[in-house]
Amino acid sequence: MSDGHVTVALTVNGRRVERETSGRRLLSDFLRHDLGLKGTHVGCEHGVCGACTVLVDGRSARACLMLAAQAHGADVVTVEGLTPDDGTLSPLQACFREAHALQCGFCTPGFLAAAHELLEEHPDRVDFTDAETRAALSGNVCRCTGYAQIVEAVRLAARRRHEEASPA
Amino acid sequence: MSTQSFGERVLRNEDARLLRGEGCFLDDVALDDPLHAAFLRSPHAHARITRIDVEAARAHPGVTAVWTCDDIGPLDGPAPLLIPHPDMRHPRTQRPLARDVVHYMGQTIAVVLAEDRYVAEDAVDLIEVDFEPLPVVVDVERAAAEGAPAVHPDVPANTACVVHQSCGDPDRAFAEADVVFRGRYVIERSAGMPMETRGVAASWDARAGELTVWDSTQAPLGIRGGLCSLLGLPENKVRVIAPDVGGGFGTKVMMFYPEELLVPWAAVRVGRPVKWIEDRREHFLGSNHERVQIHEIELAATRDGIVTGLRDRFLHDTGAYIPYGIAVAQVAACQIAGPYRIPSLDVELRAVYTNTVPVSPYRGCGRPQACLTIELAMEGLAEELGLDRMEVRRRNLIAEDEFPYRRDGFIFADGKPVVLDSGSYEAALDEVLDAIGYAGFAAEQEAARAEGRHIGLGLACYVEGTGLGPYEGARVQVDSTSGRVHVATGLTTQGQAHATTFAQIVADRLGVDPSDVDVVTGDTAAFGYGVATFASRAAVVSGNAIDRAATAVREKAIRMAANMLEADPEDLEVADGAVRVKGSRSHAVTLKQIAIASNPLRYAFDADVQAATQFAPAHQHEEVPLPEGERPGLEATAWYSPATSTWASGVHAAVVEVDVETCDVRFLRYVCVHDCGRMINPLVVEGQVLGGIAQGVGGAFYERMAYGEDGVLANPSLRSFLVPTANEVPPVEIHHRETPTPLNPLGIKGVGEAGAIPVPALFASAVQDALRPFGVRVTQVPLSPTRIHALIAEAEEVPA
Amino acid sequence: MKPPPFHYVAAGTLEEALRCKAEHGPDAVALAGGQSLLPRLNRRDARPKVVLDLGRAAGLAALDAGEDAVAVGAMTRMRDVELHDRVATRCPVLPEALGLVAHAAIRNRGTVVGSLAEADRAGELPAVLLALGGSVRASSAAGARTIAAEELFTDHLTTSLAEDELITAATFPSPGPGAGSAIRELARRHGDCALAGAVAVLHADGARVAAARLVAYGVARTARRAYEAEALLTGADATSEAFAAAAEAAIATVDAVDEEQASVAYRRDLLRTLVTRALDAAWARTRAEVIA
Repeated sequence: MSDGHVTVALTVNGRRVERETSGRRLLSDFLRHDLGLKGTHVGCEHGVCGACTVLVDGRSARACLMLAAQAHGADVVTVEGLTPDDGTLSPLQACFREAHALQCGFCTPGFLAAAHELLEEHPDRVDFTDAETRAALSGNVCRCTGYAQIVEAVRLAARRRHEEASPA
Repeated sequence: MSTQSFGERVLRNEDARLLRGEGCFLDDVALDDPLHAAFLRSPHAHARITRIDVEAARAHPGVTAVWTCDDIGPLDGPAPLLIPHPDMRHPRTQRPLARDVVHYMGQTIAVVLAEDRYVAEDAVDLIEVDFEPLPVVVDVERAAAEGAPAVHPDVPANTACVVHQSCGDPDRAFAEADVVFRGRYVIERSAGMPMETRGVAASWDARAGELTVWDSTQAPLGIRGGLCSLLGLPENKVRVIAPDVGGGFGTKVMMFYPEELLVPWAAVRVGRPVKWIEDRREHFLGSNHERVQIHEIELAATRDGIVTGLRDRFLHDTGAYIPYGIAVAQVAACQIAGPYRIPSLDVELRAVYTNTVPVSPYRGCGRPQACLTIELAMEGLAEELGLDRMEVRRRNLIAEDEFPYRRDGFIFADGKPVVLDSGSYEAALDEVLDAIGYAGFAAEQEAARAEGRHIGLGLACYVEGTGLGPYEGARVQVDSTSGRVHVATGLTTQGQAHATTFAQIVADRLGVDPSDVDVVTGDTAAFGYGVATFASRAAVVSGNAIDRAATAVREKAIRMAANMLEADPEDLEVADGAVRVKGSRSHAVTLKQIAIASNPLRYAFDADVQAATQFAPAHQHEEVPLPEGERPGLEATAWYSPATSTWASGVHAAVVEVDVETCDVRFLRYVCVHDCGRMINPLVVEGQVLGGIAQGVGGAFYERMAYGEDGVLANPSLRSFLVPTANEVPPVEIHHRETPTPLNPLGIKGVGEAGAIPVPALFASAVQDALRPFGVRVTQVPLSPTRIHALIAEAEEVPA
Repeated sequence: MKPPPFHYVAAGTLEEALRCKAEHGPDAVALAGGQSLLPRLNRRDARPKVVLDLGRAAGLAALDAGEDAVAVGAMTRMRDVELHDRVATRCPVLPEALGLVAHAAIRNRGTVVGSLAEADRAGELPAVLLALGGSVRASSAAGARTIAAEELFTDHLTTSLAEDELITAATFPSPGPGAGSAIRELARRHGDCALAGAVAVLHADGARVAAARLVAYGVARTARRAYEAEALLTGADATSEAFAAAAEAAIATVDAVDEEQASVAYRRDLLRTLVTRALDAAWARTRAEVIA
C-alpha cells in the first residue's frame, strides 16, 4: 500500500463501488463526498451523537469512527438505501412522519438506522415498552424533538408491521 | 367545502425529503471546486501573541492561503455591537482574527484555505505561535470584584454594562414588610448545542459582481446587511441563504461570528468558492454559550404571603465579548417577577466579562434563570412563613381581570415596556396541581419515606414574552403555471415546521390544502425584508403577515372571479382551490385560472394563458387592462408589526425520586400545562414543548461547561458535556390551554422556548422537596449526583 | 476533526501485523474496532506514523464459549460476545457487562480485546477480566506470553504490553455452575463511563460464601481487586451484615480521581452501595436454578 492512498471496493446500498481514496479518509466523508450520499450527517466526529449511523454488514455503526479503508469488502447501507426507490416512504419513515418524530431532520437518518436495527433484531416483538425503546435509542442524540415523538414512531412501526402481517 | 386547517394536527410538508436523506444542510450545498477553511484557535484563555509564523503552513502542499489579522484588510477591526443599549458603557466585540491579545480559549487567530479540510487542518498544525500568558478570570463573581484580573484593559470591574430598572415603591414595600426572604441562586454555563454545527459557504461571481453566501444562521437578512456594509457591495448583489438548518436554538442567531465575515470575504479575495464547516470541538470553543447568572434576590411580603416588593441584584456573565448586547440579561430582568403581581420591583443587572466563550441567547434567553430565581424564592418564602408553597404562588398570581398588567420601568427586548397582555395563570396552576396529584402527594410522600424512598414534587410557573417586533413581511402568490401557492417570508426555519404551519394559515384563507402550499424562508433573494427567527416570534410575526397577505390574495381572487363569472362577490365562496358561486360546482373558476387572468398578456405561450390575452373574454371590459391601483398576478405582500410582545405562560410539575445511596435522580411523572394562545398545529406545538423540556432537563441535571480556573474548557466534547438522550428525558403529559391574545388577529403567541424555561426551577424544587428530611436547600443548577451528595453532607452538618 | 496524516497498512495476516509492530514499535498503532482509536485520531490526540488495520487478517475473530472459559481473538466484536447464547449461560457477567458499554453501534464494531488494551480505568471489561481471574495472550514477532489480568492494567489507559506486542486473545474463565456473579455501576447517562462500579463473583456452600472475588472500577487509576473485602466474605455466612462489612472494606480501593466528576467522599459512598447491590445480586444468582 503506498503512502496515503488506498483502493476501497465495497457495496453501498446494493451497488458495487470502487474508489481510490486517502488512507485517513473517514467513512462518513467517503460516503458524503466521494460517493455523493449526503443523507448521512456528521454531528461530532467522536462517535457520540449518532447522526452518522449507517449499517455496515447489517449492523449499525458510526461512519465517523471508521476509516473508508476499513469498509473495504463491506456491505454498507445508508438512509438512501433504507428509502424505497419509488418515491414513497418506507413503513418506518411513514411512522416517523405520522408521529412528528423529526423537526430539523439532521439527526433523523441516524435514528432511522438505529430504529431499523432494533426492529430487525426483534422481529417477533409486537411492541416495545417506552423504557425499552428509550434505552435502545439512547445512542442517538436529538436536540429538537425531546425524543417522545421518536419513541412513539418506533413503537408505532413495531405494532404496525404485525398488524399488516396478520390483519384482523 | 372549505377545510379548516388552522388548529389541526397536519402532518408536515417538509418530512418526506428529510426522511429520505434529501435535506440540504450547509455541508450538502454543491459548490464548484471550493477551498476549505480551517482556523487556528487560541489554546489559552488570555495571552499576548508575541510571535506568529505562518510560513510553514503557507508552504504546505494543497494550501492556497494562510491569513492572520494583518492579511484581512477592512475586516481587521472589532465586529459591530449588534444591539446597542444606552447603558452599555464598555462594549467590546472581537476581531475576526485576533490582534496582539486573545481573550478566550477558542478565539480565532488565523485561517487556512486549502484543497480539503484534512489538508487545512494539517496546515493549521504547522502554524507557530508564541504566547505570553496573561492573568485569567473565569468566575463571574471574581471578575466583578475589586482587584480582579482585567479581561479587557480600561474596563473597570470587568463590567460592560449596568442597568437598573424599577417600578412601584420598592423602598416602602421593604420598609413595611412583615418578612423579607433572601436567596442567592446560581445558574451555570450551558449552550444550545444544535446537532448541526455552524457553517458558512460563499461563492463570488466576479463578472456579475454578485456574492452568494450560504450560512447556517437564523438571520440571513442581518448577515446580508453586515456583509454589504463591510464589503462595500449593494444589497441587490449579495444573496444570503439559510439552507436546511440542523437546529439553531439561538446559537445561530448571533452575528457576526468571525467565520461569517471571513468566509465571504475570502471567496471574493481568492476568486474561488470557500466553505467552512465547524467541527464539534470547534463548536464548543467558537459558538456562543449562555446561562451563567448569579441572582441575589429579596422578597418583601406580608404574613399572608403576599409579595409586595422584589429586589434583585444579578451578575450576568457575558464571556470575553458582548456582541449581542445584553439581550439575555435584559430578558431575565424583565421576567424576574414571573406571573406574579409584585407591584414594586427593583432590579439591577451587571454584565461582566470573563475569559470564556462569549455569551448570546440560547433557548429561554434569560427566562430560565429568572424563573429559577423567583420560583425558588417563592418556595423559600412559603417555608419561612409556614405556608403551603402552592398557596403562596396562588395568592400572588396576576388574575385574569387584571390584564393588561404593566410593569412600567422595565424595558423588554423589543424596546417596549413590559405589558402582560393575557393569560389564565390560576386556572393553569389548578390544572397542573390536579394532574400531578398534588392533593394526595403529602400522603404519597410519607408512605414512600416509610419505605426509605425519597420522592419529591417540584413545580414552576413561567411567563414567556414572545412575538416581538420590529416586523416581518410575507408574499403570497398563486403560481399561474402550477396553481400552487407560493409563500415567501424573510425569517428562517430550523425545524419549527414553518413550511407546514405557514401553509396551514394560507390554506384556510385560499381554500387549498396545506400540501398545495410551498413556503420559502431564509433566502434574501426570495424575500428581502424582515428580521430573523428568535425569541419565539416567527409564528406570531410572520404568521400574521402571511395571514394578511393571504387574505389580500383571497379578496383579489374574489374580485377577479366576480368579473370572470359575472357574479356578485357576495355570492362567491373560496374552496377546493377555486372561487365559485355558493352551492355550485360548475359555476367556478380555479385559482390558477384567476392567476393567469390577473396578468394581462400579449403573448399566449400555452393554451391556458390564451385566456389572459388581449382578445380573450376574461379581458372584455371597458377599463384599462391593468386597473389603477391594481397589480398584475394573483399575489400580495403584507406586513405585520406588533405594538408589543405577547406573553405566553404555563406551569410544569414533576415528581422525582432521589436515591440517597447513589444520589441519582429519576423522574416518576411529569406534567406540563402551557398556554400559547391559539395553536396553529398542536402536533408541532407539542414537538416544540417537548424539545424545550429535554433541553431544560439538560440544564437541570446534566449540562455544564466545565471551565478550569486557567480558562481551559475541560469538556469540549459530547462525551463529557452531557446532553440528555431519550433515556434521560421523562415521558411528559402535556395539557394545552388556549387563551387567545387580543394583540394580533390570529390570537397566537410564541411557544418555541416554553419547554425550556421552567425545568431547572422545577427540578431544583423537586429535589429539595425529596430531600426535605435532610434539610437540603437547592440554590444552584445543574445538579448532579456528586453535588446532591455534597448538599446532603452539608445539610447534615448543620443541625436542623 | 480529521485524522492527521499516517501510513495506512492493512495486515493480511497476524504475522504481518507483528512484523509491522516489531519494525515500528509505538509508532504503529493497531486498529481493531476503532471505537477508541478513531476518536483519538479525529481529535489529533494520537499522531501515529502507521495505523495497522487488523480487520482484513483472517482468523482473528475467534469466539469459543467453552465450559471452562470464554476465549476471544483480537478482532472478536463485543456485540457477538454479548449476544452469544453459550456465553450467556456459561459466563453471564460478561454479557451483563457488555450491555453497559456505550451503545449497540459502538459494540457492533468495537472489540473485546480492544477494550482491554484501552485499559480505561472505568472500563467494564478490564474489571470483569480481573474479577474472573482472566488473562490475555500478548504476541510479538519474537513470541507470545500470557499476561494475567492482575499484571495487565498498570494505569489509566496504560497496559504492561511491550512496544512490539499486540493482544491476540483474551480468556475469561467461567465461574462455573452454581456460582453467582453481578456487575453494578452508576453512569450519568445510559452507556456513559461509570462514576463507580463493582463486579462480584460468589461461590456458595449452603448459606456460606465459599469463595468471593470482588472488583471495584472507576474509582482509581485502574480496576482493583478488593482483597480485604474478599477475605471478610470468604467462609462467612451470607448475611446483610457480612455484605455491609465487605462493602465498607471495599472502600479502601477508592482514590482521588477526576474529582470534578465525583468527589472522593461521594465515590466512597457510591461504591459502598454498588458493592452491596452487586453482592446481593450475585448471591441471589447462586440460588437461582436458571441463570437470570
